[in-house]
Amino acid sequence: MALIDAIRTGLGAKRPTRLFKNMSAKIAALPMIATALVVFVGCTLWTIYHSFTRSRLLPAPEKWVGLKNYDRLWGENRWLISIENLAIYGACSLVLSLVIGFILAALLDRKIRFENTIRTIILYPFALSFVVTGLVWQWLLNPSLGLQNVVREWGWTAFTFDPLNNADIVIFGILIAGVWQGSGFVMVLMLAGMRGIDEDVWKASRVEGIPAWKTYLFIVIPMMRPVFVTALVIISAGIIKVYDLVVAQTSGGPGIASQVPALYVIDKMFGSQNLGLGFAASTMMLLSVLVVLIPWAYLEFGGNKND
Amino acid sequence: MTDVSASTLKGPSGPKPKTVFSSTNIMIYGTLLVVCLYYLLPLYVMIVTSLKGMPEIRMGNIFSPPVDVTYEPWVKAWAEACTGINCDGLSRGFWNSVWILVPSVFLSIAIASVNGYALANWKFKGSEVFFTILIFGAFIPYQVMIYPIVILLRESGDGITNIIRLFDSDASKFRLMGSVWGLVIVHTIFGMPILTLLFRNYFTSVPEELFKAARVDGAGFWGIYFQIMLPMSLPIFVVAMILQVTGIWNDFLFGVIYTKPDTYPMTVQLNNIVNSVQGVKEYNVNMAATLLTGLVPLVIYFASGKLFVRGIAAGAVKG
Repeated sequence: MALIDAIRTGLGAKRPTRLFKNMSAKIAALPMIATALVVFVGCTLWTIYHSFTRSRLLPAPEKWVGLKNYDRLWGENRWLISIENLAIYGACSLVLSLVIGFILAALLDRKIRFENTIRTIILYPFALSFVVTGLVWQWLLNPSLGLQNVVREWGWTAFTFDPLNNADIVIFGILIAGVWQGSGFVMVLMLAGMRGIDEDVWKASRVEGIPAWKTYLFIVIPMMRPVFVTALVIISAGIIKVYDLVVAQTSGGPGIASQVPALYVIDKMFGSQNLGLGFAASTMMLLSVLVVLIPWAYLEFGGNKND
Repeated sequence: MTDVSASTLKGPSGPKPKTVFSSTNIMIYGTLLVVCLYYLLPLYVMIVTSLKGMPEIRMGNIFSPPVDVTYEPWVKAWAEACTGINCDGLSRGFWNSVWILVPSVFLSIAIASVNGYALANWKFKGSEVFFTILIFGAFIPYQVMIYPIVILLRESGDGITNIIRLFDSDASKFRLMGSVWGLVIVHTIFGMPILTLLFRNYFTSVPEELFKAARVDGAGFWGIYFQIMLPMSLPIFVVAMILQVTGIWNDFLFGVIYTKPDTYPMTVQLNNIVNSVQGVKEYNVNMAATLLTGLVPLVIYFASGKLFVRGIAAGAVKG
């Protein structure tokens, strides 16, 4: 190993001078090294450790309680609702974003006119913040003055669509806003993927007389697997972080019906002064990210080293 | 199959020439038109609502254009809307956001570009390890790191205070937690993974001969950075700026946690104005405030066009 290292760092490099070699680069990279080690590794480990302590108002590293916080967490109704909401929101928003994003990309890929204009229109919500998105949709879904009112004025007096005040479907109200904001981004990803597909594939399928939708379904989608995987990872990382949208649109209500884990964590840490529970909940969030991330990293970087 | 002979008898053979109004085209353009209307609807509703008076909103239809156009809601949102006891409107949040934005964008891009440069051209032992940690760090939910960072900011603020007081014993307490500077540091930290990736990938694509020639001429780390890399890569700096300006302007979570009510960024103040429980809801003022907050990223988006797409796609390319 030492020999290989010596060759790598340059012939004739002497041990004592190794540390100082390339010094400016190392100094320049210090902020990155500090961020990686102190924030990403250090702070994460700190939180995981403290999730096993009875920390209330202040972190209490000496009061080790084992898995007690996790016990309480999974026994708490509010957390269970948060998880359920995240599961519904996550599954629906994943499927909807991928399907809508793909269909829109396929339509734009048909060599149409005004492609740039249409793309610009579909993508603009992505430039807006979740707070703005949440507040606009809160207004649109206002039961007495918004969409519901308009449809009733048109004559369907029995029409009811008031998700933000109905605990059973409130999460779908948030979903509408979330998909409106994010689907344009998925479309751009998909479109980039489609443009990467060889024109010969299309020529071949045209010669064979295969209809376009069949070509998309059975040839293009399998070829775009990496794009789907990337989109999947990015969307799911975003879903777990969903916070501002809910705060702006419903503040977690009505009651606790639209709570999500991110909101739960912030409330426990900074609102109800129960740090231990907050740390345990955030560790669970980290765990759920790892469930997505590790298989992806393995497939992408571990499985085959040919790219 | 029996039709074949019949159709050949009718006229010219071969596929029907495509016209502009083929049924497929009508379907595609029709669908896209409906989709575009759907995506534009919220923006349209925001604009018309913000130009109506409250009586008109209560009486009328959310989609109908304003009968009496009034700019009153905009004035009120900018200068008079209340958050708690403060009634100086969103202007305070706007300027706070500007003061947060400018140093954050500058600092994060300066640091990340130098990082990316070091990673691309001056690899050292362990540099790839730190980079991998950085990229994986981008996926860690912020909630996991938020609290320890509060402690770090508070402690380093105290540390800096102690150092200042060595020279000037009556100096007032220096705070990072709850101040704009703390938030600038946080934005720099969390912008680092994506920006470093962006710059590293870009600098890697710069021809190596250029770098080697400069080395032969005796240029060092900083010399090459300022004289060759920086002037050559202005486009990527613009992409990074677009990414950071929209990202930092739209941030809500860090603003809530790391600043105090007088230094709240615009998004946080907007949420407090609209979702405040006191008083009568003024939907026109709310929508004017929402539009004002969304205006900065929207202007950047419509002005930058393809560069914005490039910025967001940079996060998606394999690192």
